[in-house]
Amino acid sequence: MLNWDSNVFPGILGRTCDRPCEPACRRVRAEDTPVAICRLKRVAADYKGDIQRYLPTIPSTKNGKRVALLGAGPASLAVARDLMPLGYEVHIFDRGVAGGGMMRSQIPAFRLPEKVLNEEVDLVLDMGVECHFDYEIDSMKNMLSQQFDAYFIGTGAPRGRDLDIPGRNECSEHISIGIDWLSSVAFEHVDSIKGKVIVLGGGNTAMDCCRTSRRLGAESVHVVVRSGFEVMKASDWEKEDAMAEGIPITNNRPPLEFVHENGKLKGILFQCIEQVEDENGRLKSVPTGEPDVFMEADHVLLAIGQENYCPWIERDLGIAFDKWDCPELHEETLQSTLDNVFFGGDSAFGPENIIQASALAHKAAISIDLFCRGKDVLKDRPVAGLRLSSTKMGMHEWSYDSNYDESVRHAVPQVDSGLALRDIKVEVELGFDEKLGLEEAQRCLNCDVQTVFTEQLCIECDACVDICPMDCITFTPNAEETELRASLKIPAENIEQALYVSEALKTDRVMVKDEDVCLHCGLCAERCPTNAWDMQTSVIQVPSLAVPSLPLTEEG
Amino acid sequence: MTFLAKPSVRHRKLKLNELGLSHRDYEGPVSTLCAGCGHDSVSAAITTACAELSLPPHRFAKISGIGCSSKTPSYFLDKSHGFNSVHGRMPSVATGTSLANRDLHLIGVSGDGDSASIGLGQFAHIVRRRINMLYIVDNNGTYGLTKGQFSATNDQGSTNKRGVPNLYASIDLVSVAMQLGATFVARSFSGDKSQLVPLIKAGLKHPGFAFIDVISPCVAFNNHEGSTKSYNYVRDHDSQVVNADLVLPQAEITTNYAPGEQENVTMPDGSILRLSKLASEYDPRDRLAALNYVQSKAEVGEIVTGLLYIDPDSSDCHTIMNTTEQALNELDESVLCPGEASLAEINASFR
Repeated sequence: MLNWDSNVFPGILGRTCDRPCEPACRRVRAEDTPVAICRLKRVAADYKGDIQRYLPTIPSTKNGKRVALLGAGPASLAVARDLMPLGYEVHIFDRGVAGGGMMRSQIPAFRLPEKVLNEEVDLVLDMGVECHFDYEIDSMKNMLSQQFDAYFIGTGAPRGRDLDIPGRNECSEHISIGIDWLSSVAFEHVDSIKGKVIVLGGGNTAMDCCRTSRRLGAESVHVVVRSGFEVMKASDWEKEDAMAEGIPITNNRPPLEFVHENGKLKGILFQCIEQVEDENGRLKSVPTGEPDVFMEADHVLLAIGQENYCPWIERDLGIAFDKWDCPELHEETLQSTLDNVFFGGDSAFGPENIIQASALAHKAAISIDLFCRGKDVLKDRPVAGLRLSSTKMGMHEWSYDSNYDESVRHAVPQVDSGLALRDIKVEVELGFDEKLGLEEAQRCLNCDVQTVFTEQLCIECDACVDICPMDCITFTPNAEETELRASLKIPAENIEQALYVSEALKTDRVMVKDEDVCLHCGLCAERCPTNAWDMQTSVIQVPSLAVPSLPLTEEG
Repeated sequence: MTFLAKPSVRHRKLKLNELGLSHRDYEGPVSTLCAGCGHDSVSAAITTACAELSLPPHRFAKISGIGCSSKTPSYFLDKSHGFNSVHGRMPSVATGTSLANRDLHLIGVSGDGDSASIGLGQFAHIVRRRINMLYIVDNNGTYGLTKGQFSATNDQGSTNKRGVPNLYASIDLVSVAMQLGATFVARSFSGDKSQLVPLIKAGLKHPGFAFIDVISPCVAFNNHEGSTKSYNYVRDHDSQVVNADLVLPQAEITTNYAPGEQENVTMPDGSILRLSKLASEYDPRDRLAALNYVQSKAEVGEIVTGLLYIDPDSSDCHTIMNTTEQALNELDESVLCPGEASLAEINASFR
C-alpha cells in the first residue's frame, strides 16, 4: 500500500519506470550495481493479494466541489486518486476509449501487459470517477464554460517530433512518427511492418519501436542514432534488451536525406561524425570526413523526441505560455496564471516520465484541494518532515536487518526469446518470484536508518573508527570543509554528499563521518561502549494527500 | 562483543601499499573483547603500521600469553604464524621463535598481568637477552578477565570501581625495561593512534628488543573516576616528550613537523627515524636521564609518553651469540651435518 500511496502505479512502474532511483542507490557507491528497486516494486505489486480492504473509503456524500481532469494519463489518474477520498466530484476527459494515456498507447504489451495496466487504472476509476472517454478536447474555452471549480491539465506531450530533411515529404507513406505508430499498434490498427526498418532516435521510444518492429515481422531492424552510444537517452537496460533481441544500434550518424525513387523509399543517407571534447570538456560533434553512408530501408520510424502541444488552449484565456510553448507555472503549486487551472505530467514542464508525473500530480492535488477550500495554495501547504526513532532492541539487536549482504544483483528471469519474439503480447520479463525478490531486497543498505552521534557520550576510544568496514569515520581537528574532506582517513570526494560533523569533543577534535559510502551496518553502534552511536530509522514525509500526516519532530 | 562479522566490502578508494594490499588485508576476525576496549585500538594500530610499512602479512609471528591482551593477536594479521602460550611465558616461546627463524617479524603482545605479575621473571630475562622483536604490553592496570582486581601496574592510591584504593606501589614496566638493557623503550596510549602507529613502525624496524608500554583503558573495570588508567585521566595527564616518525628510505623527506627540535636516527635498512622533541630538555639517548625524567614526572602524577629511550647502536641476541645467518629451517644437510673432517677439527681444538 505504501507503494500505491506514493507511486500510484506500482505494477506499471515496476515494469516501465525510468528508474531515477537506481543510479541514486547507495549500493552504486559501495560497489557497482544498485538494488533492483524497480523490479522489487513489481514483485510487491505482483504478490500483493487482495488489497480491497486497505483501499480508502470514498465518501458517498460529496463535498460539493467539481474538478475536471483533462487527459486520462498517469498524471490525471494520480490526481483523481488523491482527490476522490476527500469527497470531490471528479470528471476525467480523454479522447481515448479507455484510461491510461501514453501508458496504454505508447508502451508495448511485451513490456506492460494490458491486464496490469487495466487493474491499476481501474483501481482509480472505480473510486467513482466520472469518465468522459472518446471525448475530443478541442477547446479550453468550452471546458471552462462547464463551470468546474478547478481544472487539471494532464494531456501529456502528445506530439512526436518530425525530421525535416530532403525527401521527407516525397516518401511520407513510408515514414511514421514513432509514438503514433506505437499507438496504432497498441490499438491494433497496425499489425505488421514489412521489409527493412530503420528506427531513428536513441531514446526509450526508439527502443520500443525497434522491438515492436521485430515482433511485427520486419525483415531487419536497425536503430541509427545521431549521437554517441553513451549519451543516448534510452535507459541502459532498454538498450541491452534491444541488443539482446539482435537489433544493432549504430551511433554517430546524423541523417542527411531520405533517398527515394518516385516516392518509393530506398533508404537514408547518413553523415559520419564523432564526438570530440572541446576546450570546456563538453562533447561536440565533428564530421570524421569519411564518405556519407547509405543504408537501405523500406520503412522509417522517427523517435527523435516529443513536444508539448496544446493548440486547443486558446491563448486569450489568461493561461500564459513561455517561449518554448510550455505553460507558465509556479514550480511548487503547479498553478497556471489562471488561478483555477493547474498542470501536471508532461504537459507541465515537457516530456519526463511516469514517476515524475505521479510526483507532480501529488503536488497539484494538494494545490487543488487548498484552492477549493479557499486556502492559499502556497502558504498553507503541508511541510515536508522527518521523524527519527531508535532501532535498538537490545544487545546486538536492531529492528532492521543490519547485516551487509554480499550477493550481486539478481537478474530478472525472462521468457524464452523465441516465444517472446513471436507474440507481441508475451511479456518478456517474468519478474522476480517471492524468493528471488526477498534475496534481492536483502541487498538494500537501509538508507532510512541513520547513524546518530551524541558528542557528550563519546569517550574517543576509536572503536567505531576501527570497526567501520568502509573507513568512513575519522576523529580529527576541525577545519574548513575542503580541508576537512581531504584530511579524512579516505578523502571524501563526493561533494554532493554532506559530511556529518560533530561538535568539538573533549580532545577538541571532531568526529567526521563521510556519509557517502555508509552501509548502515550498525557496527559503529555495536562497538560503541557508551551508546554515543545509535541507529535511528528516519521517515521522510513528502507532503501528499494520500499519506496521512505523521507527528513531526523536525522540519526537513 | 559483536556477533556480526565485519563485512569484506571495502571502500573503493582505499589506499594500497607497495604490495598492493590495504590495511584490511592485515586484519583478523572481529574481536570478542568488550566494545570500546583499548586493546582493539592497539590491534588496529598494529594493522595500520604493518600495512604502511608494506610488510608481507604472512611473514609475521605473533606470540602471546594469557589475558585479554593476549587474545588480541587473533584479531590482526590473520595470515601469519601465531602462538598463544602459557600465562606469563610468552618470552620463552618468543625467544625460541626468534632463534629458530630470524627472518620472521616477531610481535609479542602481553598484558600487565602477563608481564608484570606472573611473568615478571620472564619479562626481565627477555629484555636482558635482547631478542629481536617488538614487545607490546596492553597495560590497563586491572585484571579484566577475572572481573577487575588491581594488577601490579595499578598506581598506588588509584581506586577500583567501588572506590576502594590500591595500597601497593606499582611496577613501572618502562623503567624496568630501561634498567635491564632494552634498546628501544616507548610508552603510548591506545586512544592516540597518531603517536602509537609511528612508534609501532619504528619498533618493528628496530634491530633488537623494542618495548612499547601502551596504556589501554579497560572500559568494563578501569575507566571510572579515580582510575589512573582511564581515557579521561590519561588524556589529562599525558606528557609527550619525543614523537617518532619512521621515514622509509625511498620516501621523500618532507618537513611538516610542529616546531621543536628534531633529530634523525638512521636505521640499518636505510630508513630514518625522525625524533621530534616536545620537551626540549629531554634526550632519548640518555638512559639514566630518561629513567630519572620518567620517574620524577610519575611522582607528580604525569604520564610520560613517546619514544623514551633509543640506543642507536643496538645489537640483538643473534649478534651477541654469533648465531647462524640463516633461519634454521633453511639450513640444508651439508650445513647441519658437516661430516667427519669438521668433527675432527672441533675435537682437535679441545686438545
